[in-house]
Amino acid sequence: MNPERAAACERSIAAPLPATSSSPEKPRRGEIRIADVIKIYGSEANGIRAVDKCTFDVPAGKITVVVGPSGCGKTTLLNAIAGFHSITSGTIHLDGKVLCGAGRPKAEPGPDRIVVFQNGALFPWKTIIENVAFGPIVQGRLTRRQAFDQARTMLAEAGLRNLESNYPGEISSGMRRRVEITRALMNDPKVLLLDEPYRALDSLTKSVMHEALLETFDRNQVTIFFITHDLEEAIFLGHRVVIMTTRPCRPKKVLTVDIPHPRDYSVLTAKRFREYLDETAAAVHEEALKAFAAGERER
Amino acid sequence: MAEVGDRASQAMRIISSTKFWRGALAIAIFIALWETASRADISRVPPPTAVAVTFKELMADPSYWFSWYLSTQRVFAGFIAAMLVGIPLGLGMAVSRAFYGTVFPVFEVLRPIPPLAWVPASIIFWPTQELSIVFVTFLGAFYAVVINVIGGAQAIDTRYYQAARSMGSSSWDIFRRIILPGTLPSVMVGATVGIGIAWAVVVAAEMISGGGSAGSMGGAKGGGLGFFIWNSYVGGSYTQIVVGMISIGIAGYISSALLRKLGELVTPWLREQ
Repeated sequence: MNPERAAACERSIAAPLPATSSSPEKPRRGEIRIADVIKIYGSEANGIRAVDKCTFDVPAGKITVVVGPSGCGKTTLLNAIAGFHSITSGTIHLDGKVLCGAGRPKAEPGPDRIVVFQNGALFPWKTIIENVAFGPIVQGRLTRRQAFDQARTMLAEAGLRNLESNYPGEISSGMRRRVEITRALMNDPKVLLLDEPYRALDSLTKSVMHEALLETFDRNQVTIFFITHDLEEAIFLGHRVVIMTTRPCRPKKVLTVDIPHPRDYSVLTAKRFREYLDETAAAVHEEALKAFAAGERER
Repeated sequence: MAEVGDRASQAMRIISSTKFWRGALAIAIFIALWETASRADISRVPPPTAVAVTFKELMADPSYWFSWYLSTQRVFAGFIAAMLVGIPLGLGMAVSRAFYGTVFPVFEVLRPIPPLAWVPASIIFWPTQELSIVFVTFLGAFYAVVINVIGGAQAIDTRYYQAARSMGSSSWDIFRRIILPGTLPSVMVGATVGIGIAWAVVVAAEMISGGGSAGSMGGAKGGGLGFFIWNSYVGGSYTQIVVGMISIGIAGYISSALLRKLGELVTPWLREQ
């Protein structure tokens, strides 16, 4: 981390609690309103109810983290926002416009909502720079050369120089995740949808990834919708943490984390952080037990 | 220059490896056993020393090389036709459910028929013997190519489609930038398997059909390697039979090695790191 950011983090921890981030204001976009969403796989009568009467907001320009046991239906929700899957009923709005709802069960996928997948989805047959430049090229927004130039700049900003001509299979999985987030940002999305992106990483790499993500957020102020089953990760990253029940999934508890951004790893030992953890651990544990009893398998 | 040096040192490494010597020793033992068995009259296959003498004589015989040329030509004609027809057909089946539903059942009914069972029908249907041999060779490679293309295209992870669509890809973009490169490794596998089958089939087809129209044209040894073997058998030259067999082994090996090299070139992302 650069010294400037470190100083900012120190200030933010020392600052009185209600104070918010001092980062420059950009027009905030990417607000998602999820209202009464129900998703049933199979027939409505005896199918599997994955999401039930789910209602919550994802505020613009903030990080919202959804926590819940594995297989609880969080990914179903994310897929509905991304436009990969339909919903059975309810509505999802993005910046006041209907993404999906009555009469339109499935949203149209688009570059305003980019998903970073659990197992990564960099195209193995394209080099890093080709991957990152992909969006603007297929959208016809930039020429190949312009897209490559911008990709180079973005990669450098993310500290990913010298990887351009490698294939994804040639770099570490942590690097791949960061490249994928850079690829997502190339599309200038309103919201980034992250589906347990760091699940497969070891805890040391994870901590590096968390800081990198927070730095990215500080730079871009993009709305982030983040899914995880790791409560500590959720409180560390999120402005807002939504704790889900086990299947069918619906918010059990919504928490506003009043630790100002920019944050760094010293937050993990802060008294306030431990308090949030204590406050929510019981709720998460309870759902985990239910999920275990129901025989949910890891997916 | 550096590359020449690399090559040389690579060759040195191979020669000094245990694996290489173990392989060489195994082949030497095999040849020694064969020699002993033949000399002791346990086996009626001519001994390797006799085969080597015939091989040397044939090296100077243009009609032997003409057999090579004819078989190679047939294999490649059939193989390339199989690629040209098989790749689009396989991709079509992978992309369109309706097309798959229409074509695949027919394909699956025809596939279990061994290519060699087609020889008589092929001779009747095609105007020349040459075309009928090429057609049977085509069939040999065709099924391997199509099956691999379908399998490869269907195995492409949904995440890649989802990511591409999110980023605003049109159907054409998805076909060109996801399906084509995603299927390429399987295409190369299909090609390598296919050309092996093509060699197996061409030899038998040449034996059955009497070497095609060139059989009479090129003389006794001019009908391709398969006909060369058959003709040697009819003529009682047992050493030539073995030479023919070894020739086909070499031809098949070279073809597969070339395709593997080509595969490495066109799928650089799969190269070992």
